[in-house]
Amino acid sequence: MAGRALARITRSVTLLLVSVLVSYVIASVALSPRAYFEDRTPRPPASAVDHELAELGLDDGTPVLARFGHWSWRALHGDLGRTLDGGSVNAEFGRRVGVSVRLLLVGTVVGTGLGVLAGVWAAIRRGRLPDHAMTVLSFLVLSVPTFVLALLLKDGALSFNEGVGHTVIRYTGESTPGRGGTWPSRLADRASHLVLPAATVALGAIASYSRYQRAATLDVLAAGHLRTAQAKGLTPGRALLRHGLRVSLIPVVTFFSFGFLALFTGSVFVEQIFGWPGMGSWFLDAAQKGDVNSVVAVCLFAAVAVLLAGLLADALLLVLDPRVRR
Amino acid sequence: MSTVLELRDLHVEFGPGRAAVRGVDLTLRRGEVLGLVGESGAGKTLTALAALGLPPRGATVRGSVRLLGTELVGLPARDLARLRGRRIAMVFQDPLAAFTPVHRIGDQIGEVMRLHERPRPTRRAARRRAVELLTELSVPEPERVARAYPHELSGGLRQRAMIAMAVAGRPDVIVADEPTSSLDVGVQAEILAALQDARAATGAALLLVSHDLGVIAGAADRVAVMYAGRVVETAPTDDLFRAPRMPYTVGLLAAVPRPDTAHALTQIPGAPPAPGERNEGCVFAPRCPVAGPECDSTVPVLRGVRPEGAPGHSVACLRPETTAARAAADLYPTSPPPQPRPRGPVTALRVTALRASYRTHRAVHHADLEVRRGETVALVGESGAGKSTTLDRIIALTAPESGRIEVLGQDTAALTRSGARRLRGRVQIVLQDSAASLDPRMTIARIIAEPMEARRTPRDLVAARTRELLTQVELDPRTAGRYPHQLSGGQRQRVALARALAVRPELLLLDEPVSALDVSVQAGIIALLRRLTSEPGSPACLLVSHDLAVVRQLADRVVVMHGGRTVESGTVDAVFGRPRHPYTRALLSAVPDPAPRAERSRPVRPLIPLQDVDLSTGCAFRGHCPVHRRLPAEHRLVCERDLPAPPATDGAACHFPHTDEGVSLRGRPAAKGHPPAQ
Repeated sequence: MAGRALARITRSVTLLLVSVLVSYVIASVALSPRAYFEDRTPRPPASAVDHELAELGLDDGTPVLARFGHWSWRALHGDLGRTLDGGSVNAEFGRRVGVSVRLLLVGTVVGTGLGVLAGVWAAIRRGRLPDHAMTVLSFLVLSVPTFVLALLLKDGALSFNEGVGHTVIRYTGESTPGRGGTWPSRLADRASHLVLPAATVALGAIASYSRYQRAATLDVLAAGHLRTAQAKGLTPGRALLRHGLRVSLIPVVTFFSFGFLALFTGSVFVEQIFGWPGMGSWFLDAAQKGDVNSVVAVCLFAAVAVLLAGLLADALLLVLDPRVRR
Repeated sequence: MSTVLELRDLHVEFGPGRAAVRGVDLTLRRGEVLGLVGESGAGKTLTALAALGLPPRGATVRGSVRLLGTELVGLPARDLARLRGRRIAMVFQDPLAAFTPVHRIGDQIGEVMRLHERPRPTRRAARRRAVELLTELSVPEPERVARAYPHELSGGLRQRAMIAMAVAGRPDVIVADEPTSSLDVGVQAEILAALQDARAATGAALLLVSHDLGVIAGAADRVAVMYAGRVVETAPTDDLFRAPRMPYTVGLLAAVPRPDTAHALTQIPGAPPAPGERNEGCVFAPRCPVAGPECDSTVPVLRGVRPEGAPGHSVACLRPETTAARAAADLYPTSPPPQPRPRGPVTALRVTALRASYRTHRAVHHADLEVRRGETVALVGESGAGKSTTLDRIIALTAPESGRIEVLGQDTAALTRSGARRLRGRVQIVLQDSAASLDPRMTIARIIAEPMEARRTPRDLVAARTRELLTQVELDPRTAGRYPHQLSGGQRQRVALARALAVRPELLLLDEPVSALDVSVQAGIIALLRRLTSEPGSPACLLVSHDLAVVRQLADRVVVMHGGRTVESGTVDAVFGRPRHPYTRALLSAVPDPAPRAERSRPVRPLIPLQDVDLSTGCAFRGHCPVHRRLPAEHRLVCERDLPAPPATDGAACHFPHTDEGVSLRGRPAAKGHPPAQ
């Protein structure tokens, strides 16, 4: 058991290293930090630009792999380099990571939780109105791009606020700047900022998880052991709860490790649209500027998050399914 | 005796007019065993499920089910749930699918007690009682079984746990749906015994649903025969088997292969009607040899066979007098048993000292077998014996891991790629599952033509040969234009046979060719195989099967495998009549005999559950061996130290084989110089 866990973690770390290398190379090849410096007016001399690039470790005269070697050596010592403006990537990372983690955490928990519940509900009511409604809604959500969904929600919140008469739901930033007060009022303030972005992130997850959970629940409803449970004297509902739900979660948990990536991508746009100073908006900003170090830092965060999601899925699978324990 | 369960005019329908159960009447009395027998599609499982108020989704139930006086049809789900498990319980066919995979066995058994007993026992108490219950049913290591998850147990243990779960609520009625069909014959006998014990301990009545007449003959007090959704005959077991009156029952009983002798087998031509078909008249009339015009218009009801019939013997037939005192052979086409043949001189297939792995597991340790031209050799054994792996290695036509395979005189290790391709045309195979082995998108004609086209046979010859083959396997030539899903299982298996015979192979491999078929259909395929393998110029045959009764009908010689080793081989008469190896004896004694008197008095020699033995040396069977246990210590040592020599052409791989005078103690001396086994 311990051996298998160790092997699994080793594999994750290897994957992490490969993913960082690939991100670094792609970012370095695709982005042009030189353009960012040259675009200033008055146009600085080439030697000055070279100097600045070298300072940041982005000198395009040096081979990419050599730059990566240099960067990763520093990264191993806990220094992710500097942004194009000369600031510390670490400091920026520290400021933003909490924001994203909050959004992702709430989005994931709400999205998977409600998605699973909706899937079970649709399966129990299969062929009837709730099931059809769920199907239509899911496909609508899945076929609309995240940013359109976000804008629609924003519009909805706007008219809701107007209808109520004062601003209940906020849609810019993740807290009201300069707001003091007691901690319950601060928490309420944060919550009113969180509702829309979290809903946007969660909706996509609810739509896809409910589909998977519905299919898995239908499989279980047809399984022999559910019939046995009823033959023992459980009502259909309790049979599903005690003997079906856990079995139906097994395939869905496997999907979780992939599904998280989609959720993460969605959150990048959500942060940008709702003005959240998180990793996602940083990524878009940095990619626009050609800020290689910042882009790689966000990629590192994404890779760690996705691999953690994978490990979490594996751990959940072990808890849920005795057949995979050995 | 009071009635505990009564079904009256029970219908189970999938949509209007699509009745799968069409008016079943059954009465189950306290403490009795009622066997419900029928072929697939007869509606037995649906009837059983309806008796529990558990019809499948999309099915509607009409009629009446009274359990201890309570009407179940139309009862609210909550009230039904209160009765299930406590008054009526069920044992399902496949215990792996029927147990929830993520809960421990003990908890699943305990749940029944926690559901129904008041005051509700604690989880711990229920778990402890589950262990007690398993002990009562003589489950070995009950503590371990209770702690285990379903996938960690063998099929037999799982089914015993399922029985324990069924009796945990002390029900008045137990419904067992094909409780032994997914198990090996050795285990089957144990499970039937466990079921009887459980029933005796609780005094429950048992509704035993099975397609296996041998199982019914041994276990049931009364039998009800179902056909196409109706009960067509019901009688005390002895009377039914001795003097069946419904033409269907007469044919069915005579179609069952018996393990003790090769005998004439009856075939019932045609196929049962689909649900919704033939709503008027007698459902069996289209296949009935004695049907009259009235049978097409009047639905027969169950009526007592009087005056000459036994009490309790009823039959749903308009012309019961036509079958009185008539043998099945007078009513149905019957195929005579094969004649014993002298052994030919030319070897078609020889496997010597084969060793082979299935995935990472060593499945075959040492297999020997030989098939001569003109004969049929059966390779028998239970699941895990290594039969399939051996067959796989023969089909592969490549060098085995170890040992030697000669196919039609050619050593597979020495074959070139083109040599193997040429050889492949001379060896053909028929598989168990005809639905899976025929391409669903090809017409029957194309399926049969394919092996000929692969050998570049001219087109006009192919067409003529296809017609000839269809006639040969007794199919209507119009079948050629149809697709596999339009045919019945028996017809598909005939197509598979025609395809295999298309290129006139010299060696035919048959992998469980009739195991998926119903008895009446199986009889037709056996008759066909008998004919095809006995004609002059017919291919040599290797028949792989777990079904000893079928093997008895088809084979000239038998090779028995156990635990990846050949343990006995010889002529079919010798192996079945005078088995030498204790394993062969146990295996043969476990086959249920479809004759009630014989079946009940049959001495079953169940395999002893595996003792803790080190299998790296000595005989691998000794852990199960009844002879080994009775041996004097110095003789036992031989079994523990030396691997028995593989059987010669005829004989057993045993140190102390049975002889005509009893167990031979000649054996090998314990003390001196036999080289230790590798």
